[in-house]
Amino acid sequence: MKPILQVKQLAKRYGDRYGCRDVNFELYEGEVLCIVGESGSGKSTLLATLAGRLAADEGEVTFRDANGDWHELSTLAEAERRRLARTEWGFVTQHARDGLRMGVSAGANVSERLMALGHRHYGQLRATAAEWLEKVEIGAERLDDPPSRFSGGMQQRLQIARNLVTRPRLVFMDEPTGGLDVSVQARFLDLLRRLVHESGVAVIMVTHDLGVARLLAHRTLVMQQGRVVEAGLTDQILDDPQHPYTQLLVSSIVQA
Amino acid sequence: MKHSTSCKPQTGLHREGGRAATGPYSPYGEEAHSDADKASNWRYNFGYLDENTKRMLRRGLLKAVAIPGYQVPFGSREMPLPYGWGTGGIQLTASLIGRQDVLKVIDQGADDTTNAVNIRRFFGRVCGVDTTEKSADATLIQTRHRIPETPLKAGQIVVFQVPEPEPLRLLEASEVETRKLHAHQEYGLMHVKLYEDIARFGHIATSYDYPVRVNGRYLASPSPIPKFDNPKLHQSPALLLFGAGREKRLYAIPPYTDVDSLAFDDHPFEIQAWDTSCALCGSHDSYLDEIVTDDAGSRMFVCSDTDYCTSRREDAR
Amino acid sequence: MYVAVKGGETAILNSYRLLARARRGDAAVPELSLAQIKGQLRHAVDRVMQEGSLFDPELAALALKQAAGDTQEAVFLLRAFRTTLPRFGYSVPLDTAAMRVRRRVSGTFKDVPGGQVLGPTADYTQRLLDFSLAGTGSANLEEPTALAEPLPERLPCVLDVLNREGLIEPETPPPGDPAPTDLTREPLMFPAARATRLQNLARGDEGWLLGLAYSTQRGYAESHPFAGEIRMGEVTVSIAPEELGFAVDIGEITLTECQMINQFAGNGSAPPQFTRGYGLVVGEAERKAMAMALVDRSLRAPELGETAHAPAQQAEFVLCHSDNVEASGFVQHLKLPHYVDFQAELSLLRTLRAGFDAKGDAQ
Repeated sequence: MKPILQVKQLAKRYGDRYGCRDVNFELYEGEVLCIVGESGSGKSTLLATLAGRLAADEGEVTFRDANGDWHELSTLAEAERRRLARTEWGFVTQHARDGLRMGVSAGANVSERLMALGHRHYGQLRATAAEWLEKVEIGAERLDDPPSRFSGGMQQRLQIARNLVTRPRLVFMDEPTGGLDVSVQARFLDLLRRLVHESGVAVIMVTHDLGVARLLAHRTLVMQQGRVVEAGLTDQILDDPQHPYTQLLVSSIVQA
Repeated sequence: MKHSTSCKPQTGLHREGGRAATGPYSPYGEEAHSDADKASNWRYNFGYLDENTKRMLRRGLLKAVAIPGYQVPFGSREMPLPYGWGTGGIQLTASLIGRQDVLKVIDQGADDTTNAVNIRRFFGRVCGVDTTEKSADATLIQTRHRIPETPLKAGQIVVFQVPEPEPLRLLEASEVETRKLHAHQEYGLMHVKLYEDIARFGHIATSYDYPVRVNGRYLASPSPIPKFDNPKLHQSPALLLFGAGREKRLYAIPPYTDVDSLAFDDHPFEIQAWDTSCALCGSHDSYLDEIVTDDAGSRMFVCSDTDYCTSRREDAR
Repeated sequence: MYVAVKGGETAILNSYRLLARARRGDAAVPELSLAQIKGQLRHAVDRVMQEGSLFDPELAALALKQAAGDTQEAVFLLRAFRTTLPRFGYSVPLDTAAMRVRRRVSGTFKDVPGGQVLGPTADYTQRLLDFSLAGTGSANLEEPTALAEPLPERLPCVLDVLNREGLIEPETPPPGDPAPTDLTREPLMFPAARATRLQNLARGDEGWLLGLAYSTQRGYAESHPFAGEIRMGEVTVSIAPEELGFAVDIGEITLTECQMINQFAGNGSAPPQFTRGYGLVVGEAERKAMAMALVDRSLRAPELGETAHAPAQQAEFVLCHSDNVEASGFVQHLKLPHYVDFQAELSLLRTLRAGFDAKGDAQ
């Protein structure tokens, strides 16, 4: 297996303070990576920098596209970056309203990326959207309802459908369970695990909850004060945390 | 571009140089009052605008022709007609018009609507060129909301008045953002709107100012013409120019350019059709206006293009 | 008849005649002279020059007369005329410190070098209708007492005091000191530099600016302003033709300048300090200069790292809608015939309605 993303000595500064620094890792096809840490640890900054939404100040992020060509994101022209964002990536936000068009129907939300790629058959678009609404357990009968009439869990599942419909190779997720009740979370994570497994998409997910990582992630990065303090296979980290901060996190989920 | 080259600086740039193309000017277009004051003795350059401004406009137009459908920002000037009343079209016409030109001005397809009359009078005053109501005789046609029914010819220029040049504006208010969407050809948003129309109404619910893709690249507004007129934009032998004075943008569809009205494969673009024909000339294939004839709601349908309708009636005699 | 039917041209000519008569009013009453308008309605003349972007009191008075006192219509007339004027060149930057001050007040210091100069202001009058003005007899005008000592030739800016202490941000040109955009020659583009924004505001509609400025004081923007200094008076205009190589004075204009002081908590790179909002307007126009300074400051939110959530902080929103010639034209263009579009909408609505009714019948 080849990596699809390589991150070397990545850093993002806010004024004279580092949001994140000295970040190094590789991500492989179909791999799920969780970035775990408390608020302010720099995990969301790291995610935004990886996705090219924030410009890196140091280091590099390179992405290998479907044709096998590598792209260094800090030197990539905006047009190229936006093309990748449309075709090869997805982005699931913590708040559904930031990632969905709340005023248009669920069907239009799911179809948007397909239409951006040139799909022009209304009937097929609609059929595909219906299929995806079934897959994310919303139900095809809700095709013409706007997401504003959906529950929080349904909105997040709609975001997943909207992103996965074009079969991207890498999806960034920023605390997708952050706004959900614990009972809703379990169902959402279960669905996500299944869809990710079926589609073979690689995922980088930010979460403050090590329990989420335990359920989904092959590998986990633990961040504290802008740095990665521990990285490795999720099972290893959970069974044998080395860093005191990780130990604290692990003990807290054991209690829960 | 025949007309721009024929429009040499006919007069000097200085007011003292006797540069007026017409007689004494009164702000309303009537003959000057006898007690001539400062303003009524003022003389304007041929076409109102000074030659440097005309050159600026023509440079913008050349760029627009070179990049079909791209909205070129330009230093729009205040004209003596209000913004929203055709200032963009008037500036383009003023920059192109030469003494040999024959000008036709229409609003809603008619030569005799108040605004068309007013604009035609304006150019009569500041240019003194020949005007016509016959589409076929005009070299330059300024229009608001219609394209003449008489097929356009090579060598003709049509200037469209455009209130909102940005087809994405009602979907995205920020100009910074819409310029990016054009630059990256990200037009998914427009299709979201069309998808939503079909989902809600069963068909695309845009009846005028129907968005088009020019030369396979830029999404553009055809100006608020009814979608009935959209097919006339495609592969038109005439040069089509669009001016938005208030929004300070101009754009062009050069002759023989592909212009596609957005649609879905299974919901193709369709134009308006009527069950009836024109009550005056009997035309079956022109755009019809509905005229309410009494308080009881009686109505008749007649051609919106008055020249077309009149010519047909004359020919029938 | 309004549209379509032949005869539009005659109707238009008749509307001209009616307009001319309505403007003149009762012919038994003497006609207004431009000198009267210029001399006795100076605020109206100033406003027309400001928003008309042309300093010519004579033409502004004519525009007001022609527009029968409709300020925005007069602004429009002046702007359309301005289009035909060739551009000979640009003046050298005006030096407002060398203003021949007629009024200068500060809300931040009790006394300032040069003192508070009240000048010709209505601020300290009781707003009672003065019935002595109802007649036409010339009022008995008293001479004001002369100043104890004449004002210095250069009246330094009040904010310079804070500047010496380093408590207010320095006013420096942007990197490279680029020539400012000329908004009367080039379209407004975004992001707009501060010089461009100020130009737009200076010719913007006073009511628009006033409302926006007011909104920043009522929670729609974090604004904690103090009127550092307001000054009004005459400033010399000079041009420096290339072939001469030195500047020549070509006249003077009346200006009102406002320097607002605003709190600023500082960010990662800048210390806590006062920041500035600036207003500069042609003529006697204190209300507009102050409003402009508040809006200028609120538009600097992104530059200062403040969250821009209020209307007055959104440059596109503020600047695209400030011009009353544009706004007035577009709002009023709705009275033009739209029957082609309306017809299209009418048939669409009939189709939609048929679909809706059919659905209802089926259920």
